[in-house]
Amino acid sequence: MTDTSQSVAFVRTETIPEMPPPAAETGALKWMRENLFATIPNAILTLVSLYVIVSILSGVLPWIFNGVWSASSLAECREILDGATGACFAVIKERWPQLIFGLSYPASEYWRPGLAFVLLFFAAAPVMFFDLPRKMLIITLFYPFVAYWLLWGGTVLSPILAFVGFAVGYLVYQRFVAGSFAAGFFGGVVAAIIVWSVGGPLIPESANENAMLMPVASRDMGGFMLNMMLGVTCVSLSVPIGIVLALGRQSSMPLIKFVCVIFIEFIRGVPLITLLFVASVMLAYFFPPESTVDLFLRVVIMITMFSAAYIAEVIRGGLAALPKGQYEAADSLGLDYAQAMRLIILPQALKISIPGIVNIAVGLFKDTVLVSVISMFDILGFIRGPLLSSTEWNGVYWEVLGFAALLFFVTCFGISQYSQWLERRLATDHR
Amino acid sequence: MSTITDPPEGSFRLSMLINDTRYRSLTFQAIAALVLALSIWYLGNNLIQNLRAAGLNISYTFLGSPAGYDINQTLIEYDSQSSHSRAAIVGVLNTLLVAFLACVTATFFGVLAGVLRLSKNWLVSKLMAIYVEIFRNIPVLIWIIIIFTIMTAVMPAPRAFRGETPEASMLFNAFAVTNRGVYIPAPIWGPGSMVVVLTFIASVIGIFGYRRYATKTLYATGRLLPTFWPSLALFFVPTILVYFIMGRPIGLDYPVLGGFNFSGGIQLGAPLIALWFALSIYTGAFIAENVRAGIQAVSKGQSEAAGALGLRPGRIMSLVVLPQALRVIIPPLISQYLNITKNSSLAIAVGYADVTATLGGITLNQTGRAIECVLLLMLFYLTISLTISAVMNVYNNSVKLKER
Repeated sequence: MTDTSQSVAFVRTETIPEMPPPAAETGALKWMRENLFATIPNAILTLVSLYVIVSILSGVLPWIFNGVWSASSLAECREILDGATGACFAVIKERWPQLIFGLSYPASEYWRPGLAFVLLFFAAAPVMFFDLPRKMLIITLFYPFVAYWLLWGGTVLSPILAFVGFAVGYLVYQRFVAGSFAAGFFGGVVAAIIVWSVGGPLIPESANENAMLMPVASRDMGGFMLNMMLGVTCVSLSVPIGIVLALGRQSSMPLIKFVCVIFIEFIRGVPLITLLFVASVMLAYFFPPESTVDLFLRVVIMITMFSAAYIAEVIRGGLAALPKGQYEAADSLGLDYAQAMRLIILPQALKISIPGIVNIAVGLFKDTVLVSVISMFDILGFIRGPLLSSTEWNGVYWEVLGFAALLFFVTCFGISQYSQWLERRLATDHR
Repeated sequence: MSTITDPPEGSFRLSMLINDTRYRSLTFQAIAALVLALSIWYLGNNLIQNLRAAGLNISYTFLGSPAGYDINQTLIEYDSQSSHSRAAIVGVLNTLLVAFLACVTATFFGVLAGVLRLSKNWLVSKLMAIYVEIFRNIPVLIWIIIIFTIMTAVMPAPRAFRGETPEASMLFNAFAVTNRGVYIPAPIWGPGSMVVVLTFIASVIGIFGYRRYATKTLYATGRLLPTFWPSLALFFVPTILVYFIMGRPIGLDYPVLGGFNFSGGIQLGAPLIALWFALSIYTGAFIAENVRAGIQAVSKGQSEAAGALGLRPGRIMSLVVLPQALRVIIPPLISQYLNITKNSSLAIAVGYADVTATLGGITLNQTGRAIECVLLLMLFYLTISLTISAVMNVYNNSVKLKER
């Protein structure tokens, strides 16, 4: 090795500072070049989308920002706007209680559904988020009875009686379940029915008249509240029925399997609207002649059957996805059918099916607007009926339809985001 | 099931019905059959009593009596003197029409949005994500009503097309979008048009034949025949040639403004357009998700392996990625078609005369035959969906991975 410092005229001893990268290779410019204008077709696509976005926004934004918020009729709105484009949000401001609670829910009682709605979050939270303290499940336990009492009002005795029936049934179930699941289950059902049929006549006829909360009839409920009520009730009722149907479809007993398959395929094969027709014009024929089952309950029955069939298929998928070894392991431990299902199979199968069930729930919640077709005044029925035919607001389409769409979007988008979070949370496979 | 021990022979005790696994399922099924029979008897008994109390019976004779109402959009001949069953058939055809149209356009929207959502272009993929989320999370009935309102309240009335400086103008002098519906040219089948149609069908068959021949040649000799340009030529050239040789037998009947409305051409009523378009974009959003999931389900190694074999990008897509993606895409796609058919029953909300609106709507209200009408309606939809499921099962079996 020779000493280079003597044979070479000049050698730099320190590194020169780094040059900044070319302008087109950094920051926003690079990002745009890579993500928006990578190739010529890509650049054309970008320009087309920009055009679409600009033309939509230039139509919608002035309409929103010019909106009139206080007026008493569409004519007054147009007067204020004086020919300019602008929305008439005054209709929402003036009619929002009816959009939310329906036309004939007594205005002095709006706090009741409001409170029930707030409590719904506390009741749903421990079911939806497992990290919360398990003690919060007590709220969930009491919620159906409290919500029923708040929404329908009347005597507090009937929800209490309903609760006592369930409580007694549960105690009997606990007492006998160690012997056999069937004994516990049917014992519990019988005990609950006995409590209800004994307790029912004990509630005095006059209890409703001087009740703490004013009774409200089902036909007075409407607006977005009706959609929420139908959605929440039917989904929560249909999950247990769906589990039973899914197990029945997997059953080795031909008769049970046959009945479940026929039920599921029949319900899934017809549109919900025909089932709602059944609820509105046909179902009453199948009840005893002297009974009067109101439309709300009939609709709940049909929608519950509808969503139970779909949920059953989702759960069947979950059951089928379990490795056969799980069933065999349960058998080899000596567990009987009920124990194996409760302790080994269902917890795993349900975990797999939760995202599917949530999807069904979102779909079902959207489908509750179909009740407007059988002349129930849910939010869409109210908009299309009383609101658009009123003299003040005849011709206000976009503001109210947009409001309804926004309510549904917020709810459904929220639930589907939750479902995606849950899917990530439940993923126990180590990837 | 729990373990089976050999029971002592010949001694049957009643408790064995519950405790012995050989008899237990029989016991349960017997109980279930009993409960089922009892509940059917109970419901049937209620039905009979209620019907008797209301002075009704179950009979389908009303189907033969004149319907007495008009339907504005019909595919077959129909007037108010036609029978209820004819009205129901008109409704069935209308249901099938809107379902078919919506399936085609929903597939188009869905594939477009699904592919564009995977685009490397940030703006386009975000725009498509917004489209999918907005349309998936708002009920289809609201979309139908929004588009119906656009059609009836925003579009110009036919008289806006009149005058020296009309407020509205027709597209290419052939399409008129009015608040009474969309008018499009109707084809006129002159003498000799049959020959043109037959030529067209023959050339389509020819394209398939040529492609098979090209594949066969490829496998037999390794020689790659061009397929795109010959197919394109085969598609257009013979038909156009025959069309001019026969003296242009197929003409178009353009809609013309006369009196208060357009005449001539085909009128697509606002309800049909609203239903068609709303079902297409709503279901398109779902199909877009299916398409995206299908393409993403093909692992990247597949396209990399194909690239390593020296295939060009177009052939990688058509020979390697698409066949595998389609296996994932098609089953949910078919169930989306089923959903379109079932959702087309929402036609009743905008007054499109599908089977729900004729048989389940006007006929039901006029005759009061609720049970019969609803049962027939369910039977129709059940037939459609069972048929589609059967087709799907056949397809699923044909593309199932052949495992040994």
